[in-house]
Amino acid sequence: MNDLLRRLLNLPPQASTYARDVDFLHYFVITTTMLGATFVFLLALYFLVRYRRRTPGETTVRVVTSTPQEVFIIGSILSLFLVFWVVGTLQYDRMMTPPPDAMTVYVTAKQWMWKFSYADGRSSMDVLTVPEGKPVRLVMTSRDVIHSFYVPAFRMKHDVVPGRYYTAWFEAKAPGTYAIDCAEYCGVSHSRMLGEVHVLSPGDYSSWLDGHPPATGDLVAAGRDVAAQRGCLNCHTLDGQPHIGPTWVGLYGSQVKLEGGRTVAADDAYLTRSMMDPQADIVVGYKSVMPTYRGVLEEPEAAALVELIRSLQTAPHAPSITLPKVTTEGSALPQEPLP
Amino acid sequence: MAEQVAGHFESLPRQAHAARLGMWIFLGTEVLLFAGLFVLYAAYRTEHPHGFAVGVENNTVVWGSVNTGVLLVSSYTIALAVHELRRGKQRACALLVATTIFLGMCFLAIKTGEYLEHFRVGLYPGGVGTFYRDHGEAGTKMFFTLYFCMTGLHAIHVVVGTAVLAFLLTKVLRRQISERAPHPLAIGAIYWHLVDVIWIFLWPLFYLIPGGNP
Amino acid sequence: MTTIDAGVVPVPRELAPRRETYLNVAHTVKSWALTTDHKRIGVLYLVTTVLMLALGGSFALLLRTHLLTPAGALMDSYAYNRTFTMHGIVMVWLFMIPSIPAAFGNFLLPIMIGAKDVAFPRLNLLSYYIYLVGALWVIIALWMGGCDTGWTFYTPYSAHSPSAVVPTVFGIFILGWSTIATGVNFIVTVHTMRARGVTWFRMPLFVWAIYGTSVIQTLATPVLAISLCIVGIDNWFDWGLFDPARGGDPVLYQHLFWFYSHPAVYIMILPAMGVFSEVVPTFSHKNPASYNAIAYSTLGIAFVGFATWGHHMFVAGMSLFDAAAFGVLSMLVAIFSAIKVFTWVLTMRRGSVVIRTPMIYFLAFLFLFVFGGMTGVATATESLDVHWHDTYFVVAHFHFIMVGGTLTAWLAALHYWFPKITGRMYSERWGTVAATLVFAGFFITFFPQFLLGNGGMPRRYATYASAYQPLHVISTVGSWILGASMLMTLGYLLVALFTGERAGNNPWDSRSYEWYTPSPPPKHNFEKEPRFELDPYDYTVPAERMHG
Repeated sequence: MNDLLRRLLNLPPQASTYARDVDFLHYFVITTTMLGATFVFLLALYFLVRYRRRTPGETTVRVVTSTPQEVFIIGSILSLFLVFWVVGTLQYDRMMTPPPDAMTVYVTAKQWMWKFSYADGRSSMDVLTVPEGKPVRLVMTSRDVIHSFYVPAFRMKHDVVPGRYYTAWFEAKAPGTYAIDCAEYCGVSHSRMLGEVHVLSPGDYSSWLDGHPPATGDLVAAGRDVAAQRGCLNCHTLDGQPHIGPTWVGLYGSQVKLEGGRTVAADDAYLTRSMMDPQADIVVGYKSVMPTYRGVLEEPEAAALVELIRSLQTAPHAPSITLPKVTTEGSALPQEPLP
Repeated sequence: MAEQVAGHFESLPRQAHAARLGMWIFLGTEVLLFAGLFVLYAAYRTEHPHGFAVGVENNTVVWGSVNTGVLLVSSYTIALAVHELRRGKQRACALLVATTIFLGMCFLAIKTGEYLEHFRVGLYPGGVGTFYRDHGEAGTKMFFTLYFCMTGLHAIHVVVGTAVLAFLLTKVLRRQISERAPHPLAIGAIYWHLVDVIWIFLWPLFYLIPGGNP
Repeated sequence: MTTIDAGVVPVPRELAPRRETYLNVAHTVKSWALTTDHKRIGVLYLVTTVLMLALGGSFALLLRTHLLTPAGALMDSYAYNRTFTMHGIVMVWLFMIPSIPAAFGNFLLPIMIGAKDVAFPRLNLLSYYIYLVGALWVIIALWMGGCDTGWTFYTPYSAHSPSAVVPTVFGIFILGWSTIATGVNFIVTVHTMRARGVTWFRMPLFVWAIYGTSVIQTLATPVLAISLCIVGIDNWFDWGLFDPARGGDPVLYQHLFWFYSHPAVYIMILPAMGVFSEVVPTFSHKNPASYNAIAYSTLGIAFVGFATWGHHMFVAGMSLFDAAAFGVLSMLVAIFSAIKVFTWVLTMRRGSVVIRTPMIYFLAFLFLFVFGGMTGVATATESLDVHWHDTYFVVAHFHFIMVGGTLTAWLAALHYWFPKITGRMYSERWGTVAATLVFAGFFITFFPQFLLGNGGMPRRYATYASAYQPLHVISTVGSWILGASMLMTLGYLLVALFTGERAGNNPWDSRSYEWYTPSPPPKHNFEKEPRFELDPYDYTVPAERMHG
């Protein structure tokens, strides 16, 4: 039945874990609404025939719908629409919230290509290779204009916006090759900004990993190099001590208190924004002295830094030196060093 | 002649009422026009509190405040003009309308002076100019771009308002607007009040409110 | 026999005295170019919007013909991108928005409330010229190669596009003021110029529709004006108001744009609904099943329609709360349309129904608008929209509403009020044939596009994967049928203009107020303030009772 309806409606294969549920809602919505529309149309045809004019100039009686009739019509239609809404919202929530154990792939969209960077440091152009049965989180940004990452077979789509990092996810159910389309008009070659998702069985995937070693080594190590070369370590520590800037230990995922009273979660978006527009969110107790790295850090470098920070849940070793306390005028005490 | 009722209206009071209603609805559209930019301001200020604070700090607050006084006085003079017209004091009315026009032109002159001062320190819209070398935050660039857009759009409305008042002044001088049919001036005055009110909102947002880490 | 004129004895043409009408009162070019007569202004808009429809329609045929082959049959991608953009812009702003309100609204509104003209006749003329200047700028933009951003002008692309963005947005900006002026004019007219006895709940429902439309267009259009102003500034001066590097947020543009553009679609559909609120009672010879339901649902659409814009942005990075809120409000606004549909259908019950061309268009509308409206409810379901957003499914949805809904209503209006405006009747046989072809052509063009969207074909694609070709070919053939049927309609209506049978004052035996005046009406509509004896939908008595 599922397959019959899917083919009748020209839908692609249901290649992700949520695709089938989405399609089931699709069938329900389309069937009920089309039945409703057909009923209305047939009713009109019936009235047309039954109440056709028989004598020229004949008059009619004044008939108005009663309140109970109106309430019934409106109430039943509204109830049906609300069912659509409830199920649709629950599904949408699931589709927009990656599971915590998802593997991360960084996506950079650029006129007119897709660049993928994987957590182990490898990268690819236009082809995204993932294993089946594992949730994949895509952290996406654009280098220029708005694009949209769309995999019809997964029923998955999300806009990719410059200056922002958006997260989307999917879990592929079966090996195969699935088209990636750009779904937001982005200029002359918009219709040629195509890619492919290669979903491999676990065995094929490990063979693929072996056959494609990362060019630059793992991202965390790359992140350490970048942090040293770009001067991040002049202000941020990897050993838990606060310095001119907050320490990176335990930072990822924590709740950060900002000047002005706001609190934000230190997720991928916050970290990358801090690199690109550091003056936007000043952490309580620190001066706003950090320069911007927009145009300085390449996307893979920023991704590597985020991977490094993500890996620092605890300090890798005790601090070998104790940094002098950096005082800031008129603000709260610097955070205590972590054990 | 303005005293004669237009052919499709039953009576002068009806016509005056329609003209007033039309002007108020039109004012609503003007408010919505500016609203788009105010939304941009609100959103960007929330995202860049520090950059905006730096912007406010570096703005020409004295001249901006003088301009506020100029417009407030001009609203008073035009309101008084309508009042005098209703009392039959044609001459006083004309004088007060002329004063309002003069004050409008003062506003524009001061605004021009402000813009020239900004250019002098290398401060241009679009984040362009040497000023941004020491104040290079994205938020500060956006602050001043919005400043030029919103005060520029406002200044265009001051020009239009002044032109409308000048046109109405000629009608007052020729007694085509008088106590018998004062509503054209009353409607023009309402437009002028709107121009003033918009500035009353622009003034604190661009000159007064600090925020972020100054 | 094509007319239903109860109780009027036909007079041979040679013996009928030559009556003065708004058409023959003066013949000079100046009397048309400087007219302040709302009826003549309506006719000016009608002629101009027909030309714009032809222009936008030509672009559509070019697009569809190009899409016959996967690699594109007619032009390169840059030309294709400019063509779909200009198609959207010409259709939405130069045709759809003024089509019913500026042409038929202008002509009928004062008559329907017993007034001699609108509140501000000179402003009305100015509105027309502002419209012309705006249209001229869009044509200049076309001559300069056209704009390629899509009619939505999304940033940052619109800030960097090398195409004729600035003259295009400038033209639309100017057009916006014409719409606003017309809106203000109509609102004040309805508030201050109703004749004695014409209370809010005793006026024709078409007036309600135009009033509701005017409220929306007056409130929403200024927001479009400022949004496009900023697009123009960013493109011309590079001030970066939506540039992330300079503190900007590209998604903020979308909020601003859709805050206008969602109500804009209600500007396009409410007048269409108003047309059928007149056509259905007239051809059913019966009162509407619920006058109040139509009136209140009009206000409901006008106001709730302002709160639903986010449903265009479900994949633009929206919180769950926002998505849920916009989703439920979109469901709610659909209910108001459903109320109208049921009211129209139930109006026919216990009526005395006659089928003429306007009613054939109503049947087409019923099928296409309800079908299309249901796909709107489907796309408002957030999880489903993730797949459909920016695909041909959405393209099909909005064409079902705008063409299947509004254009169908415009065609119905053209036929229904043809005798009132021209004093003549069109050929019913040609009307029936053309209406059937319009319906068939439309359905064959756009139904396959739902399937294309389901299959994952994105919109605004100059080239496509070959698997999609069969559906595209069917759609293109449909577009040729639709184009031919529109030309056919233009043809027989032009012929009827010169040789059609003279219509009586009330050829449809309607009770609505515009039929109290002769067809065509005299210059001042009514010699003295009219007294409408009956309410506009009182079919319990014969037509003679209309005149006491």
